[in-house]
Amino acid sequence: MLKKALIVFKYAVLSLIALIQIYPFIWMLLFSLKDNNEIFSGNVMGFPREIHWENYSFALQDGNTMKYFLNSVIVCSASIVLSLLISLMVAYAVSRMRWKYGKQLLTFFLLGIMIPGQAIILPIYITIHMIKIYNTLFSLILVYTAICLPTSIFVLSAYMQNLPRELEESSALDGANIYRIFFGIIVPVIKPAIATVVIFSFLTVWNEFMFAYILIGDSNLMTITVGLFAMQGKYFTNWGPIGAALVIASFPTIAIYLAINKNIQKSLIIGAVKG
Amino acid sequence: MLSTPYEIQFGVKLIIMDKLLGSKKTIAIFVLPGVIFFTLMIFIPIIASVAFSFFEWDGIGKMQFIGFQNFRSLLQDNIDNYWISVKNTVIMALLTAGVQLPLAFILAVVLSEGIKGEGFFRTVYFTPVVVSSSVIGLLFLKIYNPDYGILNVILKHLGLESLTTAWLGNPKTALAALFFPIVWQYIGYHMLLLYAGIKSISPEIFESAKIDGAKLSTIVRKITLPMIAPMIEVCLTLGIIGSIKIFDLSIILTNNGEPLGATLVQAGLMYKQIFQYGMYGLGSATSILIIIQCLLVTVILQRIFKNTRI
Repeated sequence: MLKKALIVFKYAVLSLIALIQIYPFIWMLLFSLKDNNEIFSGNVMGFPREIHWENYSFALQDGNTMKYFLNSVIVCSASIVLSLLISLMVAYAVSRMRWKYGKQLLTFFLLGIMIPGQAIILPIYITIHMIKIYNTLFSLILVYTAICLPTSIFVLSAYMQNLPRELEESSALDGANIYRIFFGIIVPVIKPAIATVVIFSFLTVWNEFMFAYILIGDSNLMTITVGLFAMQGKYFTNWGPIGAALVIASFPTIAIYLAINKNIQKSLIIGAVKG
Repeated sequence: MLSTPYEIQFGVKLIIMDKLLGSKKTIAIFVLPGVIFFTLMIFIPIIASVAFSFFEWDGIGKMQFIGFQNFRSLLQDNIDNYWISVKNTVIMALLTAGVQLPLAFILAVVLSEGIKGEGFFRTVYFTPVVVSSSVIGLLFLKIYNPDYGILNVILKHLGLESLTTAWLGNPKTALAALFFPIVWQYIGYHMLLLYAGIKSISPEIFESAKIDGAKLSTIVRKITLPMIAPMIEVCLTLGIIGSIKIFDLSIILTNNGEPLGATLVQAGLMYKQIFQYGMYGLGSATSILIIIQCLLVTVILQRIFKNTRI
């Protein structure tokens, strides 16, 4: 009897916490479909009496969310590809090539994991003004690529270290050059590690706020995190469209998360432990 | 001396591999893009920040070397209310260590026992982690809305109208209102890390303890906690460093320190000094103090947890 009561209690608590963790998002979804009249007349928590899809088109066009979203997609894909390529190459050199300073180089890069963004923001800001790329997506791509490097290099090199030596040998004896070996053999073999790195970088870049807030002033070039904030400032009394914009902004991460949540959980564990 | 064909083949292999993986040119090609990028974008900026912190500079005029004066202004003269931002950091760090982590640990222990719906709960608890802090911030702006936010509405429904307030505007509640979303968002992250730690302990250890009649509390104290000490270290490091670095939510929720400077955080102060007051040197000193704290926390936690490593 006591045991049963305990189990019921356990589930009740777990469910209550689940509700606390998930309800704000459900509420967000609900008010994204309401108009102000409905909210102001007292239906704050319930289902919308009438579904207002136009909130979404308002958010996408008048609220500029479409533009912010595309900017984020561009910045994200460019910095992920760039940082992945660079870190794959560095990771290969430090983990498998034969030279003296591989370890030291890895330590040099790992310094970057411990350093908070605040430590570099002003020099970056000044430099970006100096080379006249303030207010460009390119400036963000450069910064995000750099931010993603340390963790990516660490995860990839840890993975590459454990590959058997014979992997390169057989094709080397067949006369393949280093680039064929690297792109044709090593890269395909470490796909799981690449997935981890891509997920980790994606979440870092898609959700980044500080650099985007400081390096972009032109509202046409804002990424989604800062763009939403700007939109909130402009339409803060307009509940529906803001809710819609929030739903649109969180949709990619939540959808990808629900689709491959095992992988994402694994990536974030690895990212945290290595970092 | 004659070599056997096998030895010749082995030697050839060594030479080929050495040429392939030891060529200075190839190594340079592989390493240089990363080294150049990292040096320009991370390494030199750090050095520059350190250098700036010893100067008085408004970003336009002449730089004047003033030694440690910026640090003295912050630490001794409490300029711009520096110590309030530190106090707020400490409060957030204590919340992480004292509330967030224990809760996450309890959840991790319960879920790792393999209850029904384990995967569902884990997925739900973790969901806020993948959402950006700016969405979280704007969402809580709505949750705290004095008239139509769910917090006040729920309180009214429960007959607790007297408790309702403008959460972010009231100096008494603003700091709690700023920190709650952070605790809320990352509980799932810590839970997942601790869960992964517990799952990596071999189940036989738990079984034999149970056979010996050990109570759950004993098992947790004698087996689980010591075995996942490294993971606890990771969580504490991430959580406390995260507290030192808080920026996004402070900008979004409390307009960087409002009301009346009650919610000022260090990164927010740095932003004000640099981008609002134009005090590049002073702001850099604040950022250097942020780095020093992050490094100190990492090192101190490593020391503390050194003895717990098996």
